[in-house]
Amino acid sequence: MTVEPFIGLSALLFAIGAIGVLVRRNAIVVFMCVELMLNACNLSFVTFARAHGNLDGQVAAFFVMVVAAAEVVVGLAIIVSIFRTRRSASVDDASLLKL
Amino acid sequence: MSAVSVQAIVGAAPSPIEAPDVDYATISPLLIILGAAVLGVLVEAFVPRAYRFVTQIAVAVVGVVAAFVATVVVGAGLDTVDGEVTGRGGPTAMGSLSVDGPAVVTWAMLLFFGLLGVLLFAERRLDGGLSAFTSQASTPPGSADERHATRLRIEHSEVFPLAMFALGGMMFFASANDLLGMFVALEVLSLPLYLMCGLARRRRLLSQEAAMKYFLLGAFSSAFFLYGIAMVYGYAGSFGLAEISTAVSSQIGGQNLLLAGMALILVGLLFKVAAVPFHAWTPDVYQGAPTPVTAFMAAGTKAAAFVAMLRIFFVAFGGARWDWAPAVWAIAIITMLFGAIASIAQTDVKRMLAYSSIAHAGFLLVGMAGLTSGDGVTSVSAVLFYLVAYGAAAIGAFAVVTLVRDAGGETTHLGRWAGLGKESPVLAVAFTIFLLSFAGIPLTGGFISKWSVFAAAWDGGAWPLVVVGVVASALALFFYIRVVVLLFFAPPQGDGPTVAVPSPLTWSVVAITVAVTIVLGVLPGPLLDLVQQAGAFVR
Repeated sequence: MTVEPFIGLSALLFAIGAIGVLVRRNAIVVFMCVELMLNACNLSFVTFARAHGNLDGQVAAFFVMVVAAAEVVVGLAIIVSIFRTRRSASVDDASLLKL
Repeated sequence: MSAVSVQAIVGAAPSPIEAPDVDYATISPLLIILGAAVLGVLVEAFVPRAYRFVTQIAVAVVGVVAAFVATVVVGAGLDTVDGEVTGRGGPTAMGSLSVDGPAVVTWAMLLFFGLLGVLLFAERRLDGGLSAFTSQASTPPGSADERHATRLRIEHSEVFPLAMFALGGMMFFASANDLLGMFVALEVLSLPLYLMCGLARRRRLLSQEAAMKYFLLGAFSSAFFLYGIAMVYGYAGSFGLAEISTAVSSQIGGQNLLLAGMALILVGLLFKVAAVPFHAWTPDVYQGAPTPVTAFMAAGTKAAAFVAMLRIFFVAFGGARWDWAPAVWAIAIITMLFGAIASIAQTDVKRMLAYSSIAHAGFLLVGMAGLTSGDGVTSVSAVLFYLVAYGAAAIGAFAVVTLVRDAGGETTHLGRWAGLGKESPVLAVAFTIFLLSFAGIPLTGGFISKWSVFAAAWDGGAWPLVVVGVVASALALFFYIRVVVLLFFAPPQGDGPTVAVPSPLTWSVVAITVAVTIVLGVLPGPLLDLVQQAGAFVR
């Protein structure tokens, strides 16, 4: 099995996620981009697990999924509480804390 | 991998799964803290509201003290391991945790910070009998619902179990012996902190904004950390630090994966320790978060993340030192200089302490670039000593910040602190001692800790870093002295600052941290011996 196409795809997804975090303005979309980055990691994990012939990477993918789910709980709680206050989920509006 | 070997795995007869052999006594401090956290969740569900806050304090304090005692017992029973460098203890729990000398010292340190943090969280005399945390985080700030909840004296006593989970995650992070465990520990320590940052009672808009910034940037950086882990796994075929170390020293090929993995892991960790250029969140989060949370976070996260960083880079990537050392050098230099220069421009006390924390991350990185073995002060022991001294002074400084108040809660504008020396000489002297320790003036813990990281770096051949470090210390000293002059000699603005009368909880935190700061400066021997004897990391 050649791993390069899979790792290439995973790197592409990771880059799309990272660029999305940097350019998008809605906190929910930023958060979704972070999730995309985590899933790109998962793709790398399972690809390398298959290449190395051990199960560590596949187990890691499960751990990452659980952690991502926990992160969703915390993240949405924070974003929703901000939305209730400001009626906006834009990360640009949250700019009270400055030098 | 060829198709044949896949068949071999799939087609083999299922072997019985062996029960893992776990030495529960060795990891008991971790289990006690996580048990206290779970018990706190149950208390939240079953204890009537009137008794909940007090019960939570009791559970947290008893848990931390019991875990501290267990840590001392575990630490006293560690076997000495002879190798290239002397170590103590070793991997346990099927190799997923390494309970060695540095890990046990870090546990004790984190539990000490955790106890001080819980005491600050429990303070209710400053704000009319209410804690520093919002009545109900789900209500919008300034709404009728919020006022209603405040009138009913509803409180978020969940902060105690959250703090225990964060503390458990920090302890796990400092002792994890494989990269996957480190990722899980990183999230277990971060997620509760994101939430606690958004729970301030006063200035809730700032607090929520701090929580969102911390969360989004923290999640972003842990994704980098995770991708780095994936690359290193691709290189070594294992998550274990020992296996990665073997691969680094013996494997030929795949260097690109290793370099990419090390760089991404370094980015994730440097974010957590607030090193330049990954520091942007620090001032905002330190300013917006409730001050007791800032105190706990400033001391605890930095300690856990630094020990984990040393463990990864010394144990797993020790053989590739010449690949990562230049990056650490460069980041140490810009972090020290940036932290020192940027703190000069600050007008807010909490932001100033945040920039000071950034500068201290730079000094700690100087320690990381130092000597790994030998008779002198090693990197590990210097960094451990530094973390104790810095953490104690940081918690004390933020405890003082909770006490200087006006009608709107804490008053953190530096100008409003003018004349504090007349209003409350004791508090002003305590704050001065913390600032002098940050600056590294002799007879404070900060001096010995700066000396030890510089000594480790000098012996390790990193003398340019020491030169820059001394220059940055001198720059920072100018600023700290300016604040001290402001406290004692500047005329107060208007009525001057008011100092709230706290309960014995906050007073004891200030007293303990002042005592630790001075004792570490005057009699550093016992702690220096302890961190020296802790030895190196054992994989």
